[in-house]
Amino acid sequence: MAGWKLSRRGFLTSTLITTTALLVPGAFARTISGEVPWLPGRANLPPAYPDLRFFTTAERSCIDAIIARLIPTDETGAGAREAGVTDFIDSQLAGFYGKGERWYMQGPFADEKLDTQGYQSEQPPAQLYRDAIEALDAHCEQTLGSVFARLEENQQDEILKRLEEGDLELDGVSAKAFFDLVLENTIEGFFSDPIYGGNRDMVGWKLVGFPGARYDYRDYLDHNGEPVILEPVGLKGRPAWTPA
Amino acid sequence: MARKLPHVDVVLVGFGWTAAILAQELTDEGLTVLAIERGAWRDTPTDFPPTVAPDELRWYWRKEMFQNNARDTITFRNNRSQTALPMRRWGSFLPGEGVGGASVHWNGQTWRFLPSDFIAASHNRERYGELPEGMTVQDFGVTYAELEPHFDRFEKLCGIGGKAGNLNGQIQDGGNPFEGPRSSEYPNPPMHMTFAQHQFAKATAELGLKPFPGPSANMSRPYTNPLGCQLGPCSYCGFCEKYGCGNYSKASVQTTILPVLIQKPNFTLKTHNEVLHVNLDKSRTRATGVRHVDVQGNEYDQPADLVILCAYQTNNTRLMMLSGIGEIYNPATGQGLVGKNYCYQIMSSADVFFEDKYTNEFAGAGALGMVVDEYNGDNFDHSGLGFIGGGYIANWTTNARPIESQPVPEGTPSWGSAWKKAMAENFLKATSVGAHGASMAYANNYLDLDPTYKDAYGRPLMRMTYDFTPNDVAMSAFLTERMKEIAERMGGREIKLNLRDGPYDSMPYQTTHNTGGTIMGTNPSNSVVNRYLQSWDVPNLFVMGAGVFPQNAGYNPTGTVAALTYWAAAAIRSQYLRSPGPLVQA
Repeated sequence: MAGWKLSRRGFLTSTLITTTALLVPGAFARTISGEVPWLPGRANLPPAYPDLRFFTTAERSCIDAIIARLIPTDETGAGAREAGVTDFIDSQLAGFYGKGERWYMQGPFADEKLDTQGYQSEQPPAQLYRDAIEALDAHCEQTLGSVFARLEENQQDEILKRLEEGDLELDGVSAKAFFDLVLENTIEGFFSDPIYGGNRDMVGWKLVGFPGARYDYRDYLDHNGEPVILEPVGLKGRPAWTPA
Repeated sequence: MARKLPHVDVVLVGFGWTAAILAQELTDEGLTVLAIERGAWRDTPTDFPPTVAPDELRWYWRKEMFQNNARDTITFRNNRSQTALPMRRWGSFLPGEGVGGASVHWNGQTWRFLPSDFIAASHNRERYGELPEGMTVQDFGVTYAELEPHFDRFEKLCGIGGKAGNLNGQIQDGGNPFEGPRSSEYPNPPMHMTFAQHQFAKATAELGLKPFPGPSANMSRPYTNPLGCQLGPCSYCGFCEKYGCGNYSKASVQTTILPVLIQKPNFTLKTHNEVLHVNLDKSRTRATGVRHVDVQGNEYDQPADLVILCAYQTNNTRLMMLSGIGEIYNPATGQGLVGKNYCYQIMSSADVFFEDKYTNEFAGAGALGMVVDEYNGDNFDHSGLGFIGGGYIANWTTNARPIESQPVPEGTPSWGSAWKKAMAENFLKATSVGAHGASMAYANNYLDLDPTYKDAYGRPLMRMTYDFTPNDVAMSAFLTERMKEIAERMGGREIKLNLRDGPYDSMPYQTTHNTGGTIMGTNPSNSVVNRYLQSWDVPNLFVMGAGVFPQNAGYNPTGTVAALTYWAAAAIRSQYLRSPGPLVQA
């Protein structure tokens, strides 16, 4: 095992490390015997890069307008905008997810697909956003005289409903695939751990009463139908724990 | 050019539950055993400590726990008249990858199939007459009684918490009265039930049913298994299925076998090496080893006397096809057996919404639940119902992870203020009753190789042709009615039924309970492997996993997969090694 540790260190120092994922001890072909190859102080860190950006200014304002309608700020409290969902989506699209690095993206891409066959667009997520936003803004300018972000809220809702129902054609891109992906990513950004840049101040968790990453609820199992109200905690604790 | 490596006695393809069990058994026999896993090394303190594990985005939604679709996936269509397209990302099921395989990310619901499930064809024929046209259900070729000691061993390895319902033929209060006789009580007591389970137990008892605690691989108390591995008590964090456990409280390869196995001088594990195919000699009746490739693209030939396929069901089936062992099933002619009898599971559920009671389902565990089994298998009279089989009905509180769990009442839109309000009002006040339906084999549901799409090595992807069958749709409708009666009595304000009828959709998550493709049976004309999971064509090749199920029962498969593995291991140890060759004469 000593030999493995040495060669691995050599590999790490001589390799350009671009993401934390490469720090994962198990990322290379290995032969293991004799003992569990565990190293102290070595955790498999999450691929979080909340400051990475993909969108242009125009794309960003379009998505910001969409997510604000999907999870609005209203009488129940803060919505996707306050939660930082636009930043979340922007950084996700700039990373491996946006590039579809863990999706099967080999062709051929079919013109027709069954509803039961899932995502079949040629574009990986980031490019799908880019193409769809351009087509959506073009459509809105043509038919309603301004880009999506500058429409009235009721007009925006109407457009989103038509996207959801597959009732609106966008040039060169599946409108339905786009809507489904934006809704999925918006919900992810509203409810995922704050390390990814969304769910800011844990507003998503607070809205529904989810206590986050606490990891031990044995004291509360006999709640017998009474509420268990707990301040949420993220993977990095919570703001109140960090001295100003 | 593949580099030839030094000989080992046994090579195991993949390193999940079945490989770990076999490695432990066969190294005990003194054999040198090498396991080849295509995914990464993973251990609890590095990969899923409590500060890393409860990350919903990373492990489930970004699929870090699962087989990498970019390299290899499955193409899918509902029927033969359609063109299969690749599952570009996982949806309906989630094949594992990496050390521990799916044992790392299962819920831990650990069942024994019913005695009648193992003789599904002969039992149902005898009771109800001929099976319908196109149904290809058959007997396993092994009986419950033969497997009982092996179920018992796996339950003790894992420290399953539960309550016996049938101890040596004596029906026990509080357990499942329909289960096959067991030789001993579960090693641990049941999980700590919560409000939702109490409501379910009350409702089912009022209906004259017999509720019992679901058998759980989440520890109900600290446990030391027969190998000396120690597991900690479950903390009900609600991150089991799709996540690794940070507390050493879910039975997995890492928590129950690996600490002992890894220390053995005659065991070696290779990670990030993918087996491409089984090597055969000129006669094509003997495996000489396997060809594998590491992440740098270097290829190796690993010679071995015994080759055992321990990858996931779909991957074992595909390896058989890519190795040219046996004939690939063709539904047009009925010829061929590899890929035949692909089955799945048919699930429906009813969400129950309470007005002023809180279910607090974030406090949950993968196998925290109460169950009734009156409508499973042949536990009830099917005369005139038009289907065979059934499923258990349960109230599990596995989690309330908010990206995934969105309990909103009937008629709620999927976004906007109304959705947001419904989430705020119901998230802590809902629970779900589910029916876990069996899946019967039909001639038109099968696996073969895709003619168009390729994996990272240029090899054809597996093609899945599957839809819910007439039997399963009728069965699910019946189960859903029973489930509805229960849900309506649980004291909620309203319920919402989530029906499951056709066509089968490959995207929303259902279960990772894929079965068939390398089915076991009584002779080479009806099966790929014999009753000891040994290939009929290549006797020094064995195939583990749920691929050997001729059809799927109304339970989670892991308990039966593991029992079959111990059964096969016992046959290898006591018979095969003494006289290598076919254990059943064709």
